Amino acid sequence: METKKKSVSEYVQEYGAFIALIVLVVGIGIVSPEFRTWSNFLSLLRQSSINGFIAFGMTCVILTDAIDLSVGSILGLSTALCAGMIASGFPVVPAMILALIIGTGLGLVSGVLVTKGRLQAFIATLVTMTVYRGLTMIFMDGKPISNLGDSFALKLVGKGNIFRIPIPVILFVLAFIAFYFMLNKTTFGRRIYATGSNSKCARLAGVDIDKTKIIVYGISGFMSALSGLILLSRLNSAQPTLGDGYEMDAIAATALGGTSMSGGRGKIQGTLVGVLIIAVLNNGMNILGISSYYQDVVKGIVILIAVLSDRNR
Amino acid sequence: MRIEMRGIDKSFGSNQVLKQAGFTLESGEVHALMGENGAGKSTLMKILTGVYTKDAGTVLVDGKEVNYKNPQEAEKAGIVFIYQELNVMFDLTVEENLFMGKEIHGRFGICDKKAMQKKAQEALNILGVNISPKTVMAELSVGQQQMVEICKALMADAKVIIMDEPTAALTQSETAALFKVIESLRKKGVSMVYISHRMEEIFELCDRITVLRDGSYIGVKNIPETNMNEIVKMMIGREIGERYPSRNVKIGKEVLKVKGLTRKGTFHDVNFSVRAGEVLGVSGLMGAGRTEIMQAIFGNLSYESGTIEIDGKEVKISNPRQAMEHGIGFITEDRKTEGLMLDKSIRENISLCNLRRISKSSVISREAEKNMVAEAIKDLHIKCFGAYHECNNLSGGNQQKVVLAKWILTNPKILILDEPTRGVDIGAKKEIYSIINKLAAQGVAIIMVSSELPEVLGMSDNIMVVREGEVRGIISYEEANQERVMTLATGGTI
Repeated sequence: METKKKSVSEYVQEYGAFIALIVLVVGIGIVSPEFRTWSNFLSLLRQSSINGFIAFGMTCVILTDAIDLSVGSILGLSTALCAGMIASGFPVVPAMILALIIGTGLGLVSGVLVTKGRLQAFIATLVTMTVYRGLTMIFMDGKPISNLGDSFALKLVGKGNIFRIPIPVILFVLAFIAFYFMLNKTTFGRRIYATGSNSKCARLAGVDIDKTKIIVYGISGFMSALSGLILLSRLNSAQPTLGDGYEMDAIAATALGGTSMSGGRGKIQGTLVGVLIIAVLNNGMNILGISSYYQDVVKGIVILIAVLSDRNR
Repeated sequence: MRIEMRGIDKSFGSNQVLKQAGFTLESGEVHALMGENGAGKSTLMKILTGVYTKDAGTVLVDGKEVNYKNPQEAEKAGIVFIYQELNVMFDLTVEENLFMGKEIHGRFGICDKKAMQKKAQEALNILGVNISPKTVMAELSVGQQQMVEICKALMADAKVIIMDEPTAALTQSETAALFKVIESLRKKGVSMVYISHRMEEIFELCDRITVLRDGSYIGVKNIPETNMNEIVKMMIGREIGERYPSRNVKIGKEVLKVKGLTRKGTFHDVNFSVRAGEVLGVSGLMGAGRTEIMQAIFGNLSYESGTIEIDGKEVKISNPRQAMEHGIGFITEDRKTEGLMLDKSIRENISLCNLRRISKSSVISREAEKNMVAEAIKDLHIKCFGAYHECNNLSGGNQQKVVLAKWILTNPKILILDEPTRGVDIGAKKEIYSIINKLAAQGVAIIMVSSELPEVLGMSDNIMVVREGEVRGIISYEEANQERVMTLATGGTI
């Protein structure tokens, strides 16, 4: 009585993105021996974590029927400030923690603009995206910061391994578990879905819509800053344009995973699959030596197919 | 125009909704199509107008077989379906809605606004409604929006107009206005299919009734030769007995007291109280401010002055969450846009108001949730495949029961029900009345806003009549009758 019967086509629809991921991995694996190595697999996962962190936060925002265009700029600004602090001799670990707090705060600002300012999410985060990027440029004077010294902690987050598994990959898995738990097992997760599904109904059921949205933007900001720290560690320098355009990959991964752009429907597992599809495409096409011009076209077409097959939902 | 539908079959997946359904419409008649929710009335009409394709059967229009592929084709042939959820563009003006896709072009292909406004005004005048073509749709009442839809159908030269629950959202006076329009259309030879649950209306208005049950044709009756009991029996296949179940409740002490509640331009100096176990009916015309008063009590609408007391203590309620903490539950008039998350399951909908009850330090217990929801489904007889059934696919009555369930589980002291049986079939209506009675017996103070006078009269201990934002009177059950309530509601005195 508790289970809902599903037809084959419904299964294909529900797991369409997952099937696509398997097909891609097997297909590219057959063509390229380089692709199917353990080390490439790990580096693929490590690459995907950068987009993954942001996409998890983005998924929550989109589930509330909003959008966050500012993620790339938050990544840029929080990383720049962190690099600035380290370069000027501030202790590394506190600087990194501060970067996460700053990222969260920058996200909260978007949330307040959307809720208390009654701005449309697209416009509000277009504003914060632009302003944060501008502030990054001002702070860095348009130049990179690379004299970050030789801190163990900073190296660890991006380049470290535990049992030969890269730390970004471990963090990625932990983040997935945390988001899965939050969305599926907690009252806050229910409120996120309710807000996006029918905000009027949710409000009348006692859900504080504004608070829910503000927190979700805070989460998105935190994840962007976390992603930035890993980039900072890997690159050992901060660029003023760091994170530029990252919102697009995060939104693409969320859409690929079947999350409805009008909120209320979607799963974090889907986003994980979406993130991996994008990573496999990037990694695979690089290995196969496909020109980057063509890569974007292929990526666009894959997203189109995924969204078309999702249409009936 | 004469329409005949024979042997219509239709399935959605494995669910057969029409089995050999049939229907005949004569020229110039007003024909009621009745049946419980899920009987297939709307589906049958959607097949006629090309929204759905039939699996089997024939449709004859003036003796010729037709097969409309989409609503536009049906409209060209003169058959227009006015849906319950009106098909209007709220941000556009009346004139723009009326001429959508049929704009009058002047020189250089530019839209001739003046000509369109003039024609729109003429068409609205013919219907005898007082609406300016320049008004933005969203500013009109539901009744007025419906008039615009009818006007649109007439401008398309409709010979057959199908109306699905046209009076569900209308007040008594708007209903009267609609009936006048239907009457005049009948004289012009326009035939009408009238889908409704409201017996009184159908017997007042229609020439014949076709009854469907479980997707099958049951029979057709001429109005003068039948009566309500016979029709109800045809609809549900058995006798239903008393429409309003009796209740024997000892009314307790005062739970809610509202004093001088005022919101400029909406309601003014509202005073009333409700006691434990009492059902206070709230009657009035649509737009009288009934819903707004209730929204204010529930903290969803601000007010400028006045006080609300619960159990003798003054409370400050500025949002629904606080209202819930004070033990108020609120079932809104529009379950589709405010009452439910339609794309979510029964489980998620019921849980939403009761998250605290099923969680420990914010983590939800699946077990507690499963038990709570299963019990609610059983207690309220919600017909579904289980807790994971999506609310979209439930009938109106069952959707309403889900909304009831989620609020009942919060154990409210005060339950406000705004139009609790709108768009609900007779069987489910009676169940909802029984649930209300049961809650009253448990000592819940109940406020029931309703536009259906028989329902208010049949269910209430006291009836509060609201007109233009003011309480015109509170009449006790013994003193109340249709005339007295209507007199107060329309501005007279008793």
